[in-house]
Amino acid sequence: MILTAPEIDPGAFAEHTGWEIKPEGACKADRCVPLPGAPEEGPVPAALLAEPLGMALVHDAPRALWALGPESGGRALLSAQMPELELPDRHGRPFSLGSLRGTRVVMVAWASW
Amino acid sequence: MWQELREELVPQGVEVLTVALDSGGAEAAGPFIDAANPRHPSLIDATHRLDELLGINNVPMGVWIDEQGTLVRPPEIAHPGTSVLRDMLAEHGVPQDAPPLLLETLAEAAKIRVDPERYGAALRDWARRGGESPYALSPDEVVERSRPRPPELSEAAAHFELGVHLRAEGDVDAAREHFRAAHRLDPGNWTYKRQAWSLEDPLQGPTEYYEGDWLKDVRASGAEHYYPRPDL
Repeated sequence: MILTAPEIDPGAFAEHTGWEIKPEGACKADRCVPLPGAPEEGPVPAALLAEPLGMALVHDAPRALWALGPESGGRALLSAQMPELELPDRHGRPFSLGSLRGTRVVMVAWASW
Repeated sequence: MWQELREELVPQGVEVLTVALDSGGAEAAGPFIDAANPRHPSLIDATHRLDELLGINNVPMGVWIDEQGTLVRPPEIAHPGTSVLRDMLAEHGVPQDAPPLLLETLAEAAKIRVDPERYGAALRDWARRGGESPYALSPDEVVERSRPRPPELSEAAAHFELGVHLRAEGDVDAAREHFRAAHRLDPGNWTYKRQAWSLEDPLQGPTEYYEGDWLKDVRASGAEHYYPRPDL
């Protein structure tokens, strides 16, 4: 997740990572990780999320950018629930993967390279 | 390839969804999509969100999703039928007037082992039998079979994302720095490598910017390991 300041809006964080910030901590699937020192509302310092969740926080100082990697310390999948995701088609029209709910789907990643 | 299979799967209740992992977005992936003219949803993931969300580290990789939105197979190499490259090489041979790098690359690619018949048969079984198929895994098995993610892979993902972002912003040198870091931290990730190499050279040959290149790295790891056999 690309950041232009070392803090994160909880809504954007949830949308990007699936981790929701609640009073008991950061929660995803059936797991909640306490976030000591996190403010009750408003932006959360990225470093407060990075360590407990095992998310690498990389700072590119010359460009004033940060990137927060995905959670680590276990498996790439924390649960078998397919994450919500919206991606564009080749004409830029957004398509929500969730719109296929009710149908079985084989999703294949490919590339032009 | 997926288009034909889709016509067989849809009447059984399975849709195909393809996603191009291409930092060049529609400009890079669009012509291929136009040529295939698919009837199924064909999307573009220019920031490689799927790499991070699912642990995809090569292409083609597929996941199976049931009616409730639950993964019943984690990311794995997904060749559904024949291998287009393999069939072309078998039919026409390697064009001898091609540039040496292309000849060597094709010769090495021909050594890559794929098992499309097995994967296709498993997929067809799932289409026919749904949750009763032995190839449909439990949620715990799906999680357990997904790729391990130690801390250095999180760091690699953060660097790769910065690389893609900076490249899109036009800061090519800065992007290369982050791509190099991602390659160092997650050397087994072909997606990170091939995306970055392809931005310098369509054949992904040697450049001054990266220590590795497709031919060198495939030879180093052994072509037979390029596509891990799906655990079916």
